[in-house]
Parts: sequence; structure tokens; C-alpha cells
Amino acid sequence: MTSSTVSGAAAGSRSHRSRVIGRLAFLGPGLTYLIVFLLIPLGMVLSYTLFRRGRFGGVVYEATGENFTRLLEPLYLDVVVGSLKLAGLATLVALLVGYPTAYLIAQLPRKWKTIALVAIVLPFWTNFLVRIYAWIVLLSGPGLVNSTLVKLGLVDKPLELLYNEGTIVTGLVYSYLPLMVLPLYAAIEKLDPQLREASANLGARPARTFVSVTLPLTLPGIVTGCLFVFVPSFGNFVIPELLGGGRSIMVGNLIRDQFLNARDWPFGATLSLALLAVLIVLLLLQAWSSRRA
Amino acid sequence: MFRARSPRSLPAAVLVTGLALAVSACGGGSGDTTAADSGATAAAAQLNPNADLTKQSVTVTVWADYTPKELPEKVKEKLKFDLKVTLHDTNEVAMAKLTSGADTGIDVAFVSGQYAQALNEAGLLEPLHPELIPNLANLYPEAKELAYDKGNVFSVPYTWGTTGICYRSDLVKTPPASWNDILNPPADAEKKVTMMTTERWLALPAVKALGYSVNTRSDEELAKVKEKLLAAKPHLLGYDDTTFGDKLKSGEAVMVEAWDGWCPTTEKNIKFVVPKEGSDLWVDTMVILKSSKNKEAAHALINYILSPEIHGWAAENILYKVPNKAAMDQVDAKLKADNTPLQMTPAQLLQGESIIDLGEDSTKFSRLQTEVKAAK
Repeated sequence: MTSSTVSGAAAGSRSHRSRVIGRLAFLGPGLTYLIVFLLIPLGMVLSYTLFRRGRFGGVVYEATGENFTRLLEPLYLDVVVGSLKLAGLATLVALLVGYPTAYLIAQLPRKWKTIALVAIVLPFWTNFLVRIYAWIVLLSGPGLVNSTLVKLGLVDKPLELLYNEGTIVTGLVYSYLPLMVLPLYAAIEKLDPQLREASANLGARPARTFVSVTLPLTLPGIVTGCLFVFVPSFGNFVIPELLGGGRSIMVGNLIRDQFLNARDWPFGATLSLALLAVLIVLLLLQAWSSRRA
Repeated sequence: MFRARSPRSLPAAVLVTGLALAVSACGGGSGDTTAADSGATAAAAQLNPNADLTKQSVTVTVWADYTPKELPEKVKEKLKFDLKVTLHDTNEVAMAKLTSGADTGIDVAFVSGQYAQALNEAGLLEPLHPELIPNLANLYPEAKELAYDKGNVFSVPYTWGTTGICYRSDLVKTPPASWNDILNPPADAEKKVTMMTTERWLALPAVKALGYSVNTRSDEELAKVKEKLLAAKPHLLGYDDTTFGDKLKSGEAVMVEAWDGWCPTTEKNIKFVVPKEGSDLWVDTMVILKSSKNKEAAHALINYILSPEIHGWAAENILYKVPNKAAMDQVDAKLKADNTPLQMTPAQLLQGESIIDLGEDSTKFSRLQTEVKAAK
């Protein structure tokens, strides 16, 4: 009897062990990938924030806190805050444009829905840079828009449409709008129409229904869409360079410059950390809002 | 400097790399600070002029499209050893490769002058053995007078050039002649001017207009430079290192700060001028690493590159001037006539001041760049 208990326990632990091995086998590739290509590089970058700049790039392993005091200087904080504003504005505009679009698509007959969704995604098939460059062709002094306006006699001389913060926001909205529309569409689509009918039956006007029923229920989609637009906008450096004419810089430009031409990896890493911190806060907000929904 | 094989027409595709990487800039040689006095230059290795090169192989690191595509085949045929070409996008990437510590496996590197100087100060370069490079005789005498490495002790110049104003002669009333024409443009060029975006070149027009050295470390002078750059900003179309040629062609800009090889002077109304206040001189060089185990073959390779055939290829295809008289003399006359910057003489070039690495003080220029570009 004693022996049977022992063997039973052994069998149990064996099956437990094989379950653990099985799980590890499934988790292994993904986990290795995350550790090797995410955690280790991220850890390296974060550790750089504590050290000094090497003359030829890289870091000199002498501990210092000066990267963080430098980050708090108005010069750099202003760039971070400015990027937050531009990315925030781009997100807001994308939401205002994207929500009605997603709402309309969700009301379309099935066949047209697919076509509309493909049309939303279609621009992604073209190289990002080509799409951005197209805006320069459109908006530049001798460009299409200006030459048409002048020809029609609406303006005397070409307007200054390019190379300002407005153009940067336009470029960001244009580039990331699909990332807003798709999660919104998913949220609106799965909304039970009967809920809106019930709201109407109970006497709510359409506006009230929208505010009290549709909007709260699609909030997770809104938050996800906003995040999808905000994150790439916040760190972007190509659009400020091309459409902003390099006249104003965003935190992405600053980071790029630290690594690629100031050869100041520690400060570049510190700026990246600041960017990461903002994004983590936003992700937490998103997680919180989707749990509530 | 970021190298595009055909700087004349920068297509959007080049921009991909361009934007991310270009910014890292073209190099220059050094000013008066000589590397030699750092004492890092250790004694040259004993090399055997009769070494059997077939037993060696050479790995170089170079910018894309900066040497002929078929160079490895030619080397195999002529010199009988294997050549492996690896690429770097910028000087910074090359430095990362070469200073990573362990044996990098790289024998020959192409870097800009001030980076060669820095590598030498770090004790990483093999002093050259001129007796193994007879083609050094092809170089202009001026090519041995480069301040960062007088007498070509540890580097051989491959290309050189300067920075000036590239402009549309049909769209400006008076041709620009001074850096002040960019900093404070005439009415017909208002908001149609671009300046470069990389630190040292962003500062260059103001530095030179104020009569300072391009290698100034003085806080007082840099404060004046900043003031001048901030005053210039409202008159600018933008800051641009990569597409200024296109902006000029489309007429979006009428006057831009430009590297000589990047000014599309083949276009009918586009001209290049070095402002009267003077400018910089940048040089891209070839160096041999101390860690190389194939030093004889490395010297043979450099010697071969200095032949008019290969060095002339560089002038005709990259459209940068090469410091090689024999090579420049055989450059197609029409090509030279069409590309006015190719006509600059070594003496004219040497009037430019070499940009050197400022070590810790280079952060002053990084800060200046951020301050100017972040200003509203």
C-alpha cells in the first residue's frame, strides 16, 4: 500500500513535469525572441542612461546622473512637450475624422464594408516615404495646390502651405488615420444595434443615444485607436524633417541626432527612456479603460 | 558626408537611408590640431615587400557605391588576392565597427579625415609604408598638406571637397557671394533658402560670416553664432541635408547651402559658389588598421585604388573631386565642363578650413543645433 501511494505520487509529479516541459516548449521560441531581441537590448539602452558619452560614440562606464539633469533642462523638456502637443493634436484630429468614417463603414452593406476597409488599408501598400513626399509635391510653392489656386486667380502669390507645424500634423494624421479607423470600426461593428433601438424606445434622441450608449461602449476602440495614432506620431522624425522642413524638431529627431550625429548614446538613451515612460503610462490607461468596458 | 552615388538627383528611395543616416555628415580633415603629437602612433610593423599576396585577403569597409562594383573581381585578377567589401552608412557606423574592441577583421577603412585623425589618436591605425604605395606619386602635392595628417602618415585621401552656396541663376537678381546672402536673404529669396541640418554645417555659414574658425570652441563665439542663426531662421524655407538639390530644381528654393558634389550644376540655371568669407574642406580617406593581418595586401589595394583607372572612376561616378592628378587629368572634359565644382583646383580647395573632431567640445555644436532647430 505504501508503495502504491509512492508510485502514484511519482506518476503525478511526472505528468506535472511533462506539462511544464510542454509549456516551456511552446513558450520557448517566443520567450527567447522576447528576451534576446527586446529585453536585453532594452536593458542595455536603459543602462546607458547612467553613464558618460564616449568620444567615438558608445559609452564610458563612469556612473553619472547628468543625463537626467540635462533632460530636465527647458531646452529638451520643451521639445518633449512640443512633441506631446503635436502628437496629441494629430491624435485628436484623427479621432474626429476617423470616428464618423468608421461609423459610416459599419453601417454599410456587407459587400461595401469590405471594399471600404480595403480602401482604408490600401495606402499602406505604398512606401511611407513616397506618400509623405507626395505632400511636398502637392503643397510646395510651385506645387499642384498653389499653382491651381494661382491659375484660378484665388490668390496672388503661392501660399506658404509647407514646412510648418500644421503640415507636420497633417502628415501625421494622413499617415496614421487607418490605425484609428480600424479599431474604431471593430468596436462600432460589434455594437448590438438593439441597444440603440432600446435607447430610442426609451425616448432618447439620437444625440443622447450616441453620448450615453454608443460612445461609452466604443470607448475601448477609441482608446486603442488613439494609442495607435499617438505612439508612432510621438516618436516620428521623418515627417518633421520632410514636411516640417526641419524647422521644428520632435523628440524622435532629438534621439536620432544623439545617436547618429552627436554620438551621445547616453543622452539619446535617456530621451528614449522619457519617450518610453510616456508610452507606458498611456498603455496602462488603455489597459484600465478596456478592463472597465 | 552621406554618400549617394548619384547626388544629382536624389530619389525618394535614397531618402530612406538619407534621412535616417545622412545627417551624420561629411567629414573634413583637421585644422591645426595634429594627431601626431598624441604619441599614439606606434612604430610601423615590419612589412615584407615581396610577401606572397595570394596568401592574404583584404576586407574593407566603405560607403555604398563609393568604389566600383567590380573592384573585387579586378583585384583578384590584378593583385591575386580576395577582396571583401563591407559597407557602412556613416562615419559613426564605421567608428562603431572599428572601435568595438576585439579584432574587427577589417583591414582597410574609408572614413573622413577627422575620423582618421581620431582613430590614429586611439592607436588603431598602421602608419603607412610609402614604399609599398608607389602610386602616391599620382596625388597632387596639396594632397600631402592636409592639416589632420600632414605628409599622409596614416591616411591617404580618396575624395575631397567643400561647402558653398548652390543657387538658381535665373531666379535671383544678384548671384550670392557671401554667407550673409543665405543668413539674411534678399527679398527675392525670402523663405526660399535652405541651410544644412547637421551640426557643424548648420553652423558653418554663421561661423564664417563672423570670421571665426570652423573649429571654434569658444563659448562666446558660439553664442554670437547662435544669435545669427536664430536671426536667420525666419527667412529660411527649412533645414535640409538631403533634398536641397530637388528643392532647387523645382524652384521651391532659389539658394541653398550645399556640398559641392551635391549641387546639380548640370541643370541649366544652377550654379555653385564658394562664399568670399571662405568655407570648409572635407576629405574622405583610406586607412589601414593596426590589427590587420594582411598589411602587405592592404597596401597593394590602396596602391591599386590610386591608379588613374580606379580613382578616375570615383571622380566620374561619384562626381566628387579626387586628389589624384593623374585621375583628374583623364576625367572626361565634357563631364568637367558640365560640373563646375569638378573644376575647382587643389589650391582653391586648400583655402577651405578643415573640420576636425572637437572631442568633448563637439557637444557644444550638438547643443547649438538643438537650440536653433527647437526655436520657434
